[in-house]
Amino acid sequence: MTPPKISIIKTSILVTLLVVFSSAGNLFFSIGMKRIGALQGWSMAALHSAFAAIFTSAWIWLGIVSMLLFLAALMLVLSWADFSYVLPATAFMYAVIPLVGHFVLGENVTGVRWIGVALICLGVVFVGRTPPNTTKKG
Amino acid sequence: MRTAIALAVLVLAGTGGDIAVAHAMKRLGELHSFAPAVILRFLGRAFREGWMWMGIAQMALAFCSLLALLSWEAVSFVVPAAALSYVTGALGGKYFLGEQLTPLRWTGIGLVSIGVALVCLG
Repeated sequence: MTPPKISIIKTSILVTLLVVFSSAGNLFFSIGMKRIGALQGWSMAALHSAFAAIFTSAWIWLGIVSMLLFLAALMLVLSWADFSYVLPATAFMYAVIPLVGHFVLGENVTGVRWIGVALICLGVVFVGRTPPNTTKKG
Repeated sequence: MRTAIALAVLVLAGTGGDIAVAHAMKRLGELHSFAPAVILRFLGRAFREGWMWMGIAQMALAFCSLLALLSWEAVSFVVPAAALSYVTGALGGKYFLGEQLTPLRWTGIGLVSIGVALVCLG
């Protein structure tokens, strides 16, 4: 087992990478699918047309690359950390996006959203105060 | 109806995929070096685990559901609804991976789930 302090540092680094790659991936997928438009039915022709549109979209490919990097980072961190520790920690991206929107882009953030940001931060702090590995394997 | 089915597939297949990947990685043991060659060898070993491919198949299914949902519904609906996966993931960690969920960790997961929903609805 890695000493707890080193384990927490390397877990924090990997979780930060997870947040960055996941945020970028979701953003790229959202842009890509909005540009493609709603899926039109489930016929073979409609599915063929949808797949062609999806896999020729540069935004979707940027999203796929981001998600592959996310998967690699997730695999590494899960080799030692609990899944129930890593999963809520990655939710920090939902707090980062409104903060960046407000302080960098000057966007208006509603009171409800600020409460959500505060709850996410508090929740991540709570989870962060539990040991990253409770299964004693690895 | 199609939205409810796609959302259920997103949450259940997404959680199942993550649990299967976590199980595969726990079988390999902890990564101690971050040298690129060591990481690549480690990831190569991971892809020889059956659980890894079961996880990736479920993740691919969840990904298709996500794309369909994003094309039908606003991201401000999809993401808070998918926050349910924080709870299903915690349950999966407890019952399938044998993780110990203390009251503090449950409280944190609950706050994160509510927080994600509020951020996306706000």
